[in-house]
Amino acid sequence: MRTRLQKWILLLGATALLALPLTSSAQLSTFDIETRIGTESHIGNITGHAKDAQPDYRRYCVGCHGPLGDGNGENAQWLEPPMYPKPRDFQLGVFKCRSTPTGTLPTDEDLFDTIARGLDRSTMPQWSTFTKQERADLVAWVKHFSPRWANEKQGTPITIPPEPEVTPERIKAGRDVYARVQCWKCHGVQGMANGPSASTLTDDLGRPIAAFNFTEGSRPKCGDTDRDIYRIFMTGLDGTPMPSFADNIKPDEAWDLVFYLRTFMRQHSKEKEMAKQLGLKPVDPNAPAGQQ
Amino acid sequence: MHVLSRSNLRKVVYSAISLLSLAVVVAPMMLTLSQPAYALPAFARKYGLRCSACHESWPMLNYFGQKFKDNGYQLMNDRDAPIWQNPGYWPVTFRITPIWHRVSTGKVAVDVYSGGAATGATTIQRVEQSGFDLSGLDFHTGGTLEKNISFYVLPSSDSTASFHFETVMGRLDNLFGSPWLNVKFGKFELDNLLSEKRILTLTGNGGIYQTYHFSPQGDGNIFGQIGDNQLGLEYLGHSVDDRTRISAALISSQDGNVGLTLGSNSYTGFFTGSQAFDTGKLGVQRVGFYAMVGEAATYFRTSGGVPIPGSGIGNKGFSRVGFVGQFYLGQHFDLQVVTQHGSDNAWFGQGYGNAVNTNGDGGVMCTTPTGCPPNNVPGTTLPATARAPSWNGALFEAHYVYSPQLIFIGRYELEKVSQQATVGTPSNLGNISTYTIGYRYNPFMTSRAGFAWHNEYNWLHQEGTAPDGSNLNTSELLIGFDFDF
Repeated sequence: MRTRLQKWILLLGATALLALPLTSSAQLSTFDIETRIGTESHIGNITGHAKDAQPDYRRYCVGCHGPLGDGNGENAQWLEPPMYPKPRDFQLGVFKCRSTPTGTLPTDEDLFDTIARGLDRSTMPQWSTFTKQERADLVAWVKHFSPRWANEKQGTPITIPPEPEVTPERIKAGRDVYARVQCWKCHGVQGMANGPSASTLTDDLGRPIAAFNFTEGSRPKCGDTDRDIYRIFMTGLDGTPMPSFADNIKPDEAWDLVFYLRTFMRQHSKEKEMAKQLGLKPVDPNAPAGQQ
Repeated sequence: MHVLSRSNLRKVVYSAISLLSLAVVVAPMMLTLSQPAYALPAFARKYGLRCSACHESWPMLNYFGQKFKDNGYQLMNDRDAPIWQNPGYWPVTFRITPIWHRVSTGKVAVDVYSGGAATGATTIQRVEQSGFDLSGLDFHTGGTLEKNISFYVLPSSDSTASFHFETVMGRLDNLFGSPWLNVKFGKFELDNLLSEKRILTLTGNGGIYQTYHFSPQGDGNIFGQIGDNQLGLEYLGHSVDDRTRISAALISSQDGNVGLTLGSNSYTGFFTGSQAFDTGKLGVQRVGFYAMVGEAATYFRTSGGVPIPGSGIGNKGFSRVGFVGQFYLGQHFDLQVVTQHGSDNAWFGQGYGNAVNTNGDGGVMCTTPTGCPPNNVPGTTLPATARAPSWNGALFEAHYVYSPQLIFIGRYELEKVSQQATVGTPSNLGNISTYTIGYRYNPFMTSRAGFAWHNEYNWLHQEGTAPDGSNLNTSELLIGFDFDF
């Protein structure tokens, strides 16, 4: 009898001992995050406070992003890339939609805009129903999950020159840029996301990811104005195979590329009209450099 | 006697302390045992969002849920069309509530017996009943048929499983790419910001908004009930962020009854507009208005003296106009306000309006000339003392949202007749005041179902409507499991 009791005590003790590291690890992680609860964000003259965002995060966000902001909310398991991207892991501090150079932290405004704009072709809706203050609080809350904000400075937004007048020549030049930097490898020669590399794309965590299909009528994830599109390929989408082309494309050429990309899109545009009048053909992947 | 009183007092004090102790023990348990809420029936399952994303507390919508509804049950994330769903996805949710309730009616005329036989006299008594019971059963199915083409079908039963269609509608969303152009067709809830169909309370009198259904004593107008789903066509326009909303509906004056059993050619318009304001940490506040202007039949042609269904003519007018306010004081407290002014034509005030149903409000059709409500047959005249009744109502509903899983509800409604239909009628006859308090607690939710422990108490006071002409009080206590899957 006594021996059996001792066995049970030993078993329980061993189980508790084995479980201890797991528990302490979880507590450390939570504790680590909680030390940054004083994180702030600054949007214009609004100051966001992480601690004030907790109820909203719990109500609206935690189902996907998880209590620890690691993207492991209870619904994450049902989201299967590339159809539905997995929720962002805020602890990594890596974000697609930024106005800052690749590899740097986004600005508070970048996160603020992303919350309201949502991310098309994902389960991240447009949270435009929040007040600006609530959104600013949520930005601070998102930041408090990652130590990056405590250790690094936010990036400086890239400079976007004024948008020039669109001309047929610029659209043709844009096609040359599209060929030169090999956008077609992922996005396809007609922007249909069917380039030779498209089916092999994965994000930094090894999950399948789809290239943007310009022709299906969707909005680009990080905004659909000309400036947004310019920004996307000059800053890159960190964490994805979409790199920054800031070193390969001059600002003037970048605008040409924006105009050319517009010709793929389903929505009516003057770029599309001009391309039609020009009889512009898709890029030829086999053409020698500079001879599109 | 003195000792006995002290003893009783001690018992009362002990009981109170015991109850308080129990509350002190149970309340923290409820609060601390709260699990993360993530119920996903139908829509939530489709989008992988928690129920709390769209519901302040299920089923009441929050601002984001209202926006989702206004977009035609779409998140507008380019994944709304069914083609993006798993083929096995079937957007159905059922909801039912087993309950225990105790209903007390203050004054009921009860026959007096003597020697086993009725004496013909009556006495006024309180009648109480309590026991286990069921709510009706709802099968909600809704979503998109294609991007920007939505639907909602809701077969609903009473507690005996007798079904009817509560909602059946198709909707064209964002026509020409504009959120200002949405058209709905079928049977649907009117565009009430404070939705009665998503009410958080369940008792007989507290489970509806009295303001949405009130009419003076003896009034025969069943058509002006903005809480009832109606048959018709609705236009809705809204800004992208849903801060600004407008709608206009043209509905048949049938009170949602199918088969065109009432007026042969009578329609009602329902118009709403609202604007939301950003108030920083307090949240988004919204104010708006609604107006219902319509006409409905009072004369039903007869055959053999029996009113012919669907033959109603002799339309008379009615109106309801109101203010709606949704005020938020941070993330935990909000106050919903509705005020209404109602007015009916004098014919309705005298009981005309629905001559084809014996109970005057749908249901059993008249089959004999006797027992039917008044019918405005040719030559009928109003009494000299008849006049158009009018009234005012106000509704205040406050919520304390401890967490998405626990909400406390308090509501007070007041309905006052400002002009009775007949000169000489006591000015306060039929006035209503009622309050409802309760809470809903969701101990857990899964990604497939919702479950709420529901506790509620309602008290309703109506002036002059007891059998002896005095005031009538009724109350109901309800406890139940409100669940959906």
